[in-house]
Amino acid sequence: MSTTATTQTELDTTSLADLLRRVEALETEQSKQIKKKNKLTIIAWGGNLDQIWPTTILATTAAASGMESSVFFTFWGLFAIVKPDVRITGDNWMQKMMSVMNPGSAQKAKLSRYHFAGAGPAMFKKLAQDHQVATPDELIALANDLGVRLIPCQMTMDLLGLKREDLIDGLEEPIGAATALAEMRDAAVSLFI
Amino acid sequence: MDVITRTVDATGQSCPGPLVALARALKEARTGDLFELLATDPGSRSDVPSWAEISGNELLEAEVLEEGRFRYVIRKVV
Repeated sequence: MSTTATTQTELDTTSLADLLRRVEALETEQSKQIKKKNKLTIIAWGGNLDQIWPTTILATTAAASGMESSVFFTFWGLFAIVKPDVRITGDNWMQKMMSVMNPGSAQKAKLSRYHFAGAGPAMFKKLAQDHQVATPDELIALANDLGVRLIPCQMTMDLLGLKREDLIDGLEEPIGAATALAEMRDAAVSLFI
Repeated sequence: MDVITRTVDATGQSCPGPLVALARALKEARTGDLFELLATDPGSRSDVPSWAEISGNELLEAEVLEEGRFRYVIRKVV
C-alpha cells in the first residue's frame, strides 16, 4: 500500500515540474509573438486612379469604423499626394520628365486600363458624381480629417526628386522601409495596392 | 422606450459615404445614444452590420423601408 502511495507522489511531483516547464516555455513563446492591433496599413504603391481610389476608400472606412488607419505612399503612389498646383518637380531632367509623365495630385491620376487619353477617368468621375461616390482627392482630405495617418516614403521622394513642400499638407514626416514594416507588423490588416 | 437622438440621412450616398456620415455623427454623441441612419446604398445592408462589428457599436434594427431605401438603428457603445 505505502509503496504505491510513494510512487503516486513522485509521479505528481514529476508531472508538476514538467507542467511548470511547459507553461514557462509557452509564456516565453507568447511574449515573442506580435500583438496585432485593430489597425489597417496600406502601402500605396500605385498612383493610378483605380488604385488610389480603393486605397482611400478603405483607409477612410477603417478610420470611420474606429480602426487605426495608416497609408504609406511610395513610388507612383507619391504622385497622388503632390499638390495639384505643383507642375514640374525634381532637380534633374530625369526627375522632371518623370513628373511630367505623372501629373501630381489624386485628381489627375490616370486609369491603369481604358485610360483613352483621359476620357476613361472623366467618365469614371462622372459616374462617381452621379452615384455620390467621393473622389480620391476628396477622400484624402476626408482621411486627414478622420485621423488617418498619411505617410510619405523618404527614399522614393529622394529618388523622384519630390520635396516636402511639393506634397499636400497634413502628412506625417517621411519614413523609410523599416518604419513601414513596423507599421504593417502590428496591423491586423495590411495591404499593398 | 429609447428615443432616437439623431437621424443621419445618407440617402443617395455611396460607399463609404453613409458610414463616414454615421461615424461623424457618433463622434459628437454620448454613449448610449440612439441613432437612425437612412441610406439608399444597397451595400449598406452588409456594410452597416460589419461597421458595427468592427467599431463595437450596437446595431439594433435593420429594415427595408421601401424598394431601395434602408433604415438602421444604432446604439453608440464606444
